[in-house]
Amino acid sequence: MQMHSLDFDISHTLAGGLVLISFMMLYQDRLYSLLNVFALHAVVLALSVAWQAYVQNAPHLYITAAIALIFKAIVIPVALHRIIKQLGIHRDIESAVGIGPTMLAGMALVALSMVLMLRVTADADPLAREDLAFALSVVLLGLLVMVTRRNAVSQVVGFMSLENGLVLAATGAKGMPLVVEISVAFSILIAFIVIGIFLFRIRERFDSVDVSALDDFRGERR
Amino acid sequence: MNVPSFDPVAAVLLIPIGSAALLAILPGYRLTARLNVVASLATFLSALSLFVVERPLPGPYVLVDDLNIVFIVLNTFVGFTTSIFSASYIAHELETGRLTPVYLRFYHAMYQTMMFGMNLAFVSNNIGLMWVALEIATLTTVLMVGIYRTHAALEAAWKYFILGSVGIAFALFGTILVYMAARPVVGEGQDGMVWTLLIQHAANFDPALLNVAFIFLLLGYGTKVGLAPLHAWLPDAHAEGPTPISAVLSGLLLNVALYALLRFKILLAANPAAIAPGPLMVTIGLVSLVFAAFMLYRRRDIKRLFAYSSIEHMGIIVFAFGMGGPLANFAGLLHMVMHSLTKSAIFYAVGHISQIKSTQRISRIRGLTVTHPALGWGLVMGVVAISGLPPLGIFMSEFLVVSSTFARAPLLAIVLVFGLLLAFGALTLRMTSVAFGEPRGSTKSAEASYVPMFAHLSLVLVAGIYLPAPLVVWFQHVARLLG
Repeated sequence: MQMHSLDFDISHTLAGGLVLISFMMLYQDRLYSLLNVFALHAVVLALSVAWQAYVQNAPHLYITAAIALIFKAIVIPVALHRIIKQLGIHRDIESAVGIGPTMLAGMALVALSMVLMLRVTADADPLAREDLAFALSVVLLGLLVMVTRRNAVSQVVGFMSLENGLVLAATGAKGMPLVVEISVAFSILIAFIVIGIFLFRIRERFDSVDVSALDDFRGERR
Repeated sequence: MNVPSFDPVAAVLLIPIGSAALLAILPGYRLTARLNVVASLATFLSALSLFVVERPLPGPYVLVDDLNIVFIVLNTFVGFTTSIFSASYIAHELETGRLTPVYLRFYHAMYQTMMFGMNLAFVSNNIGLMWVALEIATLTTVLMVGIYRTHAALEAAWKYFILGSVGIAFALFGTILVYMAARPVVGEGQDGMVWTLLIQHAANFDPALLNVAFIFLLLGYGTKVGLAPLHAWLPDAHAEGPTPISAVLSGLLLNVALYALLRFKILLAANPAAIAPGPLMVTIGLVSLVFAAFMLYRRRDIKRLFAYSSIEHMGIIVFAFGMGGPLANFAGLLHMVMHSLTKSAIFYAVGHISQIKSTQRISRIRGLTVTHPALGWGLVMGVVAISGLPPLGIFMSEFLVVSSTFARAPLLAIVLVFGLLLAFGALTLRMTSVAFGEPRGSTKSAEASYVPMFAHLSLVLVAGIYLPAPLVVWFQHVARLLG
C-alpha cells in the first residue's frame, strides 16, 4: 500500500509538471525560449511515460518514452532551431494576444478540464482519472498556444505540446493497445510538418490584417 | 493444402499500397497514368467481389459487414473513375508546366496511398487502426493540395494541415476515452478497441465517459467531414489543389470521416443511459446546411462554390443520420451515394473547364453550352442534380429526408427546406451565368475525357428514376443497422 501511494504520487507529479510547463509556454515571447521550454516538456513527458511503463509493467511503453526523449526533446528542437536561424526570424517577438488574457484563458481551460473529467470519471480508478484530467488540460493549453500564435514554428510547437497531452492520456489508460503505433504515427506527422516548413519557408500563418489582400489570393474579390 | 483462395479484403488494401510503391519509382507519364487507372480498376473489381465471396469473420483488425461494403464499393468506384479523369487532366498540367515529371510521380504514388488509407479505414474493426488509417489519408491529401506550391496552394495546405491535425487530435482523445469506458467491461488490451466487441458490451459502459468521448469524436471527425464551425479548411483545400483531388476530397474523404462518426453513433445508441447522439448531429447538420447555403451566394471561384455545396450536402447527410429511424437513415445513405457521384462528376467538368479558360473565376466563364456543348451541358446536368431537381437521384433522397422529417419534426423540416431552397437559388444563379449567355474567355477545344462524368451522371439519373429492388433491400437493411 505504501509503495502504491508513492507510485501514485510520482506519476501525479510528472503529469502536473506537464501542465505547469504548458503554462510556461503560454508566456514565452521569443522563439528560442519557446523551443527550450518545449524540449523540457518533452523530457518530462518521456519521464512520465517511462514511469507508467514501470508501474504498469508494460515494457513496450519504453519505446514511446524513447521516441519522446530522442525525437521530440532533441531532434525536433534542434531542427527547428536551425530553421529559425535560416528563416531569420529568431528576433521576432510575437504577441497576438496579451499575456494576461492568455494566462486567464489557460486557467479557465484547466479548470474546465478538471471539472469535466473528474466528474465524468467518478467510477474509474483514481490514477487514470487524474491522469486524464491533466492530459486534457495539456491538450487544451496546446490548442491555446496554437490559437494565440501567428508564427508557423510556434504553431507547430503548440501542436506538439497538444500531442504530448494525447500521449499522456494514452499511456495513462492502462493496457491501451496501439499506443506505440500511434506515437510513431504522430512523430511521422510532425516530421512532415517540420520538413514542410523548411522546404516551403513558411513564416507566417498567412494571416493578414489587410482583408482585401486576403480576398485577393483566395480569388474572392469582386 | 489447397490453393490460397482470393481474399478481397487483402486485395483492396494491397493493390493500392503495392501500386503506390511501383508508381513512385516508374518514370514516364503515359505508363504511370495507365498503371494508376489499372490499379484503381483492379481495386474496384476486388471490392465488388466482396458481394459474392464469403466474408471473413470479424477479427481483431478487419471487419466486413453490410454497412462498410457500401462505402468500400462507392469509394473504389469513384477512385477508379477519378483516375481516368486524372489521366487527361494531368496531361494538360504537364503541357502547361504546372507539374513536373518528378511531382507527377509523387502525385500518383500519393493517390494510391490515399486510396489505401481510405480503404483501411473502412475495413478496420479496431477504432485505433481506423484513426491511424484516416490520418494516412488526410496526410496524403494535404501533400496533394499543396502540390502546385503557389502561395495560395501552400496556404490552403497549411490551413488544412493545422485544422486537420487538431481534428484528428480530438478524435484520438475521444478514442482513448472510449477505450477507458470499455476497459472495465471488455477487459484490458487489444479487445478494448475492437468495434464488434465494443458494440456487444456497449450497454454496460459508463455513460458519462461515453458522452464526453462522443463530443470529442464529433468535433474531431466532424472537422474532417467539414461540418459548419470547423469547415474552414475545406473550401481552400478544394480550390487550390489539382481538381482530381477536389473530386476525391468531396466525393470520398468526407465520407470516410462520416463513416467513422457513424460507427461511434451506433456505439452510443447501444447504451441506453448515454445521451442520444441524434440531436447533436441534427443541430450541427442544420447549421452546416444553412450556413453553407448563405455562403454560396458570395462565391466568385467556381471550385470554391462547389466546395461550399459539399459542406451543404454533408450537413444534409449528417442531419438525416441524426434524425435516425429506418426511413431517414435510408435517405441519408442514398443521399451520400448520390452526392459522391454527382459532386465528383461536377468536379470532372469543372476541372476541364478551368483548364480551358485557365481561370477559376466565375465571372470570366460564360456561355459554355455554346462553345463546349458536352462540358457545358454536363455541368448543367450536374448542377441540376446537385441542387435537387427531379428526376435525378438527389431529388429523391432529399425528398425522402424532407418528408420523413415533416412527419416527425415539422419545425426542423421548415429550416431544412429553407436551407435547400436557398442553396438551390444560389446554384441556379451561378449555373445560368456560367453555362449560358455570350461566350467569354478562351474557346479552344477540350481534350477532355467525358466518360467518367457522364457515367456518374447517368447513374444518378437512373437512380432517380428507378432504384433496383436488391439495392433498396440492401440499403433498408443497412438503415436498420444504423438504428
